[in-house]
Amino acid sequence: MLYFAVRRLVSALLVMFAISVLVFLIFFATPGVDPAARIAGRNADQVTLAQVRHSFGLDRPLPVRYLLMMRHLLVDRDLESFVNRGSRVIPQIVQAVPVTLSLVVGAAVLWMAVGILMGTAAAALRGTAADPVIMLVGVIGVSLPAYWLGEVVNLITQKQLHDTVFSWVPPPGYVGLGRDPAQWALHMLFPWLTLSLLYAGIYARLLRGEVVTAMNEDYVRTARAKGLSERRILIRHALRCSLIPIVSLFGLDFGALVGGAALLTEVVFGLPGVGKLTYDALQNLDLPVIMGTVLYAAFFVVLANALVDVLYARLDPRARHA
Amino acid sequence: MPDQPLPLQEPSDQPDQPLLDVRDLRVSFRTRTGPATAVDGLSLSVAPGEILGVVGESGSGKSVSMLAVLRLLTSPNVTVTGQVLFRGRDLLALTDKEMRAVRGREIAMVFQDPMTALTPVYTVGWQIAEQIRAHEPVSRKEAHARAVTLLSDVGIPDAASRVKAYPHEFSGGMRQRAVIAMALACRPALLIADEPTTALDVTIQAQILDLMRDLNARGSAVVLITHDMGVVSEIAHRVLVMYGGRVAEQGPRRAVFHSPRHPYTWGLLDSVPRVGGPRLRRLPTIAGTPVSPDSLPDGCAFAPRCRLRHEGCEERPELAASPDDAAHHDACRLPAGDRAALRLGARAPADETATAGEPDPSGEADQSGETDPSGETDPVDEADREMAP
Repeated sequence: MLYFAVRRLVSALLVMFAISVLVFLIFFATPGVDPAARIAGRNADQVTLAQVRHSFGLDRPLPVRYLLMMRHLLVDRDLESFVNRGSRVIPQIVQAVPVTLSLVVGAAVLWMAVGILMGTAAAALRGTAADPVIMLVGVIGVSLPAYWLGEVVNLITQKQLHDTVFSWVPPPGYVGLGRDPAQWALHMLFPWLTLSLLYAGIYARLLRGEVVTAMNEDYVRTARAKGLSERRILIRHALRCSLIPIVSLFGLDFGALVGGAALLTEVVFGLPGVGKLTYDALQNLDLPVIMGTVLYAAFFVVLANALVDVLYARLDPRARHA
Repeated sequence: MPDQPLPLQEPSDQPDQPLLDVRDLRVSFRTRTGPATAVDGLSLSVAPGEILGVVGESGSGKSVSMLAVLRLLTSPNVTVTGQVLFRGRDLLALTDKEMRAVRGREIAMVFQDPMTALTPVYTVGWQIAEQIRAHEPVSRKEAHARAVTLLSDVGIPDAASRVKAYPHEFSGGMRQRAVIAMALACRPALLIADEPTTALDVTIQAQILDLMRDLNARGSAVVLITHDMGVVSEIAHRVLVMYGGRVAEQGPRRAVFHSPRHPYTWGLLDSVPRVGGPRLRRLPTIAGTPVSPDSLPDGCAFAPRCRLRHEGCEERPELAASPDDAAHHDACRLPAGDRAALRLGARAPADETATAGEPDPSGEADQSGETDPSGETDPVDEADREMAP
């Protein structure tokens, strides 16, 4: 177990190093991309450009710049934004993380619960009319893009029906969990629903397929021959075995979302999360922030993968000694 | 749990009354090409404490009929009709809940492939305990202790620690033992074993058969489904030969092996390779392919492959008792008397030796069969075999 964890950690560090180098090269060494020109503004003369270059440290050799940036980012943690001078990268990310985590964790709980319920119900009701109906609902969920759905939800809850049905919906934005848990949940409710709809649909369809396959397995026949109830067979045997691939998918999705893939939902609902931060930084070519958020995202994807591996071994005894 | 002889659960089992009495069982599947009849009017009975061997080729309806008995055919395209009387109760008429109480507790079933028969994510002990707790109000701890006892009963060494192992940590033979231990957990009066040895190698097969025999000695009746005549000859008290979803022949083991009456049984026995004697150039086979369940003939199902068919075979033969032995039935339109002579006549001319009465039932089959294409059976073979005990 220790060996496993150490190996995981080393490979995670390697992945993050490679990603940081890659991102650095893309933004600093790609021909045609000159951050100094971007920072100095349009039609800046050569003197201004040189000045900017010098003051941002852009005139040093590439490896030195990389190392300097990493030192500021990770060791001194005082890397400053190129665009808003004086605002540091790390605190910005630290501020954005709880927002993203609130959004993604809440949505994940929702979509896992709904997805598992829908998928299992559809598989159990296979052959009846309920199965295609549930799957149709799933397809509809998958087909609605989060940004469109979010806008429609905002339109309805904030404008069209705000005076009647949805008068309790607060304006878009984020309230810290520590400050007011009730308001936090109220603010997050519609972002949660919007984000989880897509994933609930995907997971329900996937799980249905898995459960249907599992119900035809020999071990289910054995379980029937044992005289177990259909419900126990469905939940303790078929569903339990079907969860294994679902969990590995969940780890990847969760990692990516925490890493910033919830961007669209964050932007639509005005949540100042990591996705929004990355989005703004990309708009301004704010390299230090991009670097910070990309590394942060890589960290979460790698972390989520490692967690999935551990969880996978918990769920599937066959994977333990491999 | 002390390891005593198994007390049967209900005292109502009298030897003269069958434990399981299947009457006119029909199983048909709805398919794209029309209905397919897998079991066509099967009737059989199992006495308490008896081992019934059900033999037949793949697709003869052996497994399907037993799955139908336990109502384990869950496909909506299946229709099962007939009567399955177990201790006088018609299993086909029970509610699902009543049926669940029968499954695993009074009738247990063991399947062919032990590799996939256990849920991969739970320990073997957990799965045995689950079976016990599904039928008896015992504590987790007690169920676990019984699982250990059961595992050691079926010959798993170091059961106390192996009980915590997962199925993938067991070998095939051990898994089949674990499955049998699970089937025995509630001391069923009847064990249906569907080809329990087919997926195992020969030494393990023998051990599993010993286990079945032990179990039978403790009072459980066994229905053993197999296509291996050798297995049946070793263990069964009575034999039922199925073809095309119908009974071709049934009777006491000795009668079926020593004086088989149905041409299909002849073919099955002839196609068993012999251990002793010189090697044959070609093992006799039954010509043709097994009848398909979607095109069962109206008459005798075996007629298209039978060397002795005649016009009478257009009409479906009924099971009739042999003139020598009232317990020995067969469904054939050949004259009832002197089948042994007919059997000889059906063979290649070079084969003249009579075979009835050889002591080894499984090897009783004579090697030169009706399908020997050239008929070139070595006379020396025959002479050698005659000298064999």
